[in-house]
Amino acid sequence: MARLHVMERSEAQAVMDGLHEALGKRLAVSSLAPCPVEFTAAYVRMCATQSCGKCTPCRVGLRALADLFDDVLENRADGKTLDLIERTARAIYLSADCAIGYEAGEMALTAIRGFRDDFAHHIEHHACGFTQSQLVPCVSGCPAGVDIPGYIALVEAGRNTDAVRLIRKDNPLPVVCGLVCEHPCEINCRRGMVDDPMNIRGIKRYACDHMEGDYTPNHAAPTGKRVAVIGGGPAGLSAAYYLALMGHSPKIFEARRKLGGMLRYGIPAYRLPREELDGEIQWLLDQGIEVELDAKIDDIGALRTDFDAVYLAIGAHADNKLGLEGEDAEGIVSAVQMLRAIGDDETPDFSGERICVVGGGNVAMDCARSALRCGAEKVTIVYRRRVADMTAQDEEIVGAKEEGCELLELHAPVRVAVEDGRVAGLVVQPQIIGGLKWGRPAPRKADTDEITIPCERMIVAIGQAIESEPFAKQGIATNRSKIVTDSDGAVAGLDGVFSGGDCQSGPSTVIRAVNAGKVAAANIDHYLGFNHRIELDVEIPQVQFKGKISCARSEMPFREAHERVGDFDEIEIGYTHEEAMQEASRCLRCDHFGFGAFRGGRIEQW
Amino acid sequence: MVNVTIDGRSVSVPEHTTILDAAVQAGIGIPTLCFLKDLNEIGSCRVCVVEIEGIDQLVAACNNYVLEGMVVRTNSPKVRMARKANVELLLSQHDSECTSCVRSGNCTLQTVANDLGITVMPYAKHLPGQPWDQEFPLIRNNDKCINCLRCIQVCDKVQATGIWTLTNRASHTSVGVRGGAAIAATDCSLCGQCITHCPVGALRERDDTDRVFDALADSKKTVIVQVAPAVRTAWGEGVGLTHEEASVGRLVACLKELGFDYVFDTDFSADLTIMEEGSELLDRIEHPEHGPLPMFTSCCPGWVRFIKSHYPELTAHLSTAKSPHQMFGATLKSYWAEKIGVDPHDVFVVSIMPCLAKKAEIAEPNQNDACGDPDVDVSLTVRELDRMIRADHIDARSLADADFDDPLGIATGAGHIFGATGGVMDAALRSAYFLLTGENPDPDAFTAVRGLEGWKEATFDMGGTPVRVAVASGLANTKRLLDALKAGEVAYDFIEIMACPGGCAGGGGQPIHDGFELADMRGNILWTMDKDMKLRFSHENPSIKLVYSEYFGAPLSHKAHHLLHTDHFGWEMPLAPGVEAPQTAQ
Repeated sequence: MARLHVMERSEAQAVMDGLHEALGKRLAVSSLAPCPVEFTAAYVRMCATQSCGKCTPCRVGLRALADLFDDVLENRADGKTLDLIERTARAIYLSADCAIGYEAGEMALTAIRGFRDDFAHHIEHHACGFTQSQLVPCVSGCPAGVDIPGYIALVEAGRNTDAVRLIRKDNPLPVVCGLVCEHPCEINCRRGMVDDPMNIRGIKRYACDHMEGDYTPNHAAPTGKRVAVIGGGPAGLSAAYYLALMGHSPKIFEARRKLGGMLRYGIPAYRLPREELDGEIQWLLDQGIEVELDAKIDDIGALRTDFDAVYLAIGAHADNKLGLEGEDAEGIVSAVQMLRAIGDDETPDFSGERICVVGGGNVAMDCARSALRCGAEKVTIVYRRRVADMTAQDEEIVGAKEEGCELLELHAPVRVAVEDGRVAGLVVQPQIIGGLKWGRPAPRKADTDEITIPCERMIVAIGQAIESEPFAKQGIATNRSKIVTDSDGAVAGLDGVFSGGDCQSGPSTVIRAVNAGKVAAANIDHYLGFNHRIELDVEIPQVQFKGKISCARSEMPFREAHERVGDFDEIEIGYTHEEAMQEASRCLRCDHFGFGAFRGGRIEQW
Repeated sequence: MVNVTIDGRSVSVPEHTTILDAAVQAGIGIPTLCFLKDLNEIGSCRVCVVEIEGIDQLVAACNNYVLEGMVVRTNSPKVRMARKANVELLLSQHDSECTSCVRSGNCTLQTVANDLGITVMPYAKHLPGQPWDQEFPLIRNNDKCINCLRCIQVCDKVQATGIWTLTNRASHTSVGVRGGAAIAATDCSLCGQCITHCPVGALRERDDTDRVFDALADSKKTVIVQVAPAVRTAWGEGVGLTHEEASVGRLVACLKELGFDYVFDTDFSADLTIMEEGSELLDRIEHPEHGPLPMFTSCCPGWVRFIKSHYPELTAHLSTAKSPHQMFGATLKSYWAEKIGVDPHDVFVVSIMPCLAKKAEIAEPNQNDACGDPDVDVSLTVRELDRMIRADHIDARSLADADFDDPLGIATGAGHIFGATGGVMDAALRSAYFLLTGENPDPDAFTAVRGLEGWKEATFDMGGTPVRVAVASGLANTKRLLDALKAGEVAYDFIEIMACPGGCAGGGGQPIHDGFELADMRGNILWTMDKDMKLRFSHENPSIKLVYSEYFGAPLSHKAHHLLHTDHFGWEMPLAPGVEAPQTAQ
């Protein structure tokens, strides 16, 4: 008999691994409207399968806990059951011998405490009180509620203009979003259970790039109502566009030289080419939007007398400071300052400079990559956590690395080394990563010495702030400089004044700003005494059942890094016809199959 | 030394002291359930959890060490809650029908649950309901199993047999027979150590007391009981007597009260075994063709089962002498039946043994030499005997000492010590010396074979003949010895093996005291008895002389061979995993 055996993967182990992977994908897709009790019960049962069986809390406790959840779901529970559930989960957490048990106990405890009202609802009403849209997963995931299966079907049918028309029912910025949307819709894509989620943004971009011709959307009869929109970013543009379609007369007051807000002053041209942005904005303006540029509005009251309603969508264009010694030195700029200059076509010259970019978000990546394009010799992104903890999207981090940016993780800026009033280096303290704090690993000072990164310039990209003080002085409520509104966007105490976008939500994504603008348009229309509806006016192609066909996701190609880093031209290359057709054909059409068949997979109007 | 504070009491203990031991030193008790020192320190039940200041979660006291400055709380609200919840959880998977459980009143789960004041069972009951071969001498009831895993540990570590394993996973984790095999098809030695180390009633012997009650009630039957040496060291434990109260005379009185027609002493047949086995040893030394050396003792049926399944190629080394109670059974159904004028088919022989393997031994197909019926009809454990005494509501304490019946109730000190490890060897050497030299040795000349050490060896000068002997108890020790023997690392002439650690005193059929190993204490009772005896040589037992003169003639005579010896190849024992059958039976 051999003493040792070569490790071999049994067939059963391979199956087990496959199922684990599939489960991981399933969980990544998540569920649209899980019953919290049902979910917790299943969660605990899943955890129980991982128990080795040695210890009581994990072996017996998790099963007992699952029994109690069944009692709740099957109407055998009373108020005492909840206490018993919590006590049991706590006992498991406190007394399990290893992480299999105590993590399961703690997660169960988190669920029970977090869902306590839902548990109570089951017990009291014998029904689940948890409400969440069970409609099409991608549509539910899209803040603007764009009819994604609809436009994908149109692209597949070769009707790209109709696809764009359908998108604009809910999102007036399909070109912009086709290029830069963070695509939260893809997170929930059910195709992810099969192989990979759909590349929804790629298809949207293809539709915009391949429109067969232009069209004019339906306009309601003029109402004679005038609406002032303060801020020409995505929220303001969206609100103005829908208000125009509803027959009102919107006018955008833009503080800067050009429209677009952060689309122009935050997103570099290599991601969002200016001609595309300008084209989309012009198309919107052509639908009946008046514009006044270089018009900084501080007095809402005065504006309100001239307009029937006001929409405040000023965004978040102020910069945050690090608060470091030497931060006032020459050569230190904020991300906002830098990107704004580039947005106004005042591209700086960083030739031969070594640059430190402080921050780990998308804006930091944008600054670093733009700095390279401005001629920097070396760009170092300095971040106090790990790369894995950066809030920037993975593809932005990868892009920055590909283009030659250095990522210096776990280094916290301490002060600026200043020589002759000018930045000469960034002094950083190495960090060591620690335990989770508010869900993210917290770094702390490592037991090593500070180091200095020599640099001629430093860009601070640690978030943006909202310039809301002038409005606060006029009686608009703010919370940490964010403008406070009701859930319909109305500013309390100021009749006919609405607000939305980054200035109300805090710095966020384009598609959230679009959602804010759309909400504002509907509610302003209502406020003005109308009930104009934006309706579906495109016929959706008939669904064809294809069965399950395995096909992985097509990613969008990029220009070669060393070539693209020399200019501000677009780096992403859109789909070919072949790629677009294949990708579109992967759509599972959840508007028709699944729950969509029952409740209707389509929002016909809003 | 490490300084810790437990429940406000300061205590200083050596490094590598568990929290549990430190608490004991501080005079603080922490309840345990799965824990068995040195054997099962796995922290699985989570009953001994305690709180350490500065740490949110609780820790098992049984298998975690104290650290300098540690502040421990053994009864904080968290501890109380978790400990109680864990016991309630265990109860949710435990058949708590204590009224029909052999361990009621001697159950650690019952004690822990009662101590914690558990009065309601909040969790739904889930019992595995696994079937079990109710005919096998060892009964497992997983409805009562709490998965403490002690049985696995004792079978693996102490007995090197590995019958038990985890047969299911996760929430359905249960202990079962390795590979899901039927227990009767395994190499289980029936040592019963899993039973005596079980904290609850999940493991027990097959109860045969009703068959004895039925025989006692049958007027046609002459019901004879014999009592193994180690029984007298422990029988009182199960009926509430102290060891001083639990005299042999009281035991005999209880058996007479139960209605046995004759109460005899297996120690007598232990002496008989010495005559046969000692003679066989000398015969093999003189005539190597009569059997291989070293010769192994054969009085422990657990050991016989073990060698046949684990070392089948060594089976021929076993003495052919039957175990003492089998010799007794064969003698009772031949010589004694004739002597009292009773049809041997109407003689019903009951053995009271500290043993489960005897239940299998009496059913071996060739243990029926006297009249064709099994030589012994029923073999009861000490626990079953105690249950019979309790069932008949016999107040043992009130009974005066009684004597064993003559003449088969007479034994020597050499017979008594059969119940302790080294005792058979000691007794055999005493008589072998006499047979070789014609003179008695000092009865305490062979003390080197006594004591609880797992593997003892010595060489004795037997009137010019050096005899190399070894003694082992516990099957893991036995395995070490046999492997060394097979490898040629050691060489002996005579080897005594007892399956249970410490010998029959620590037998798997003895009363159970959770957490205590009593083989040493009980064995010492036997050694003391021996010392106090006038007769300390088997060959000097007048009753032995009587049966030889009246019936058997001489040791190894034809009649003795027929009734007192057996063929170990006459029945099959399943082989242990990985063991191959020898090419030719020797």
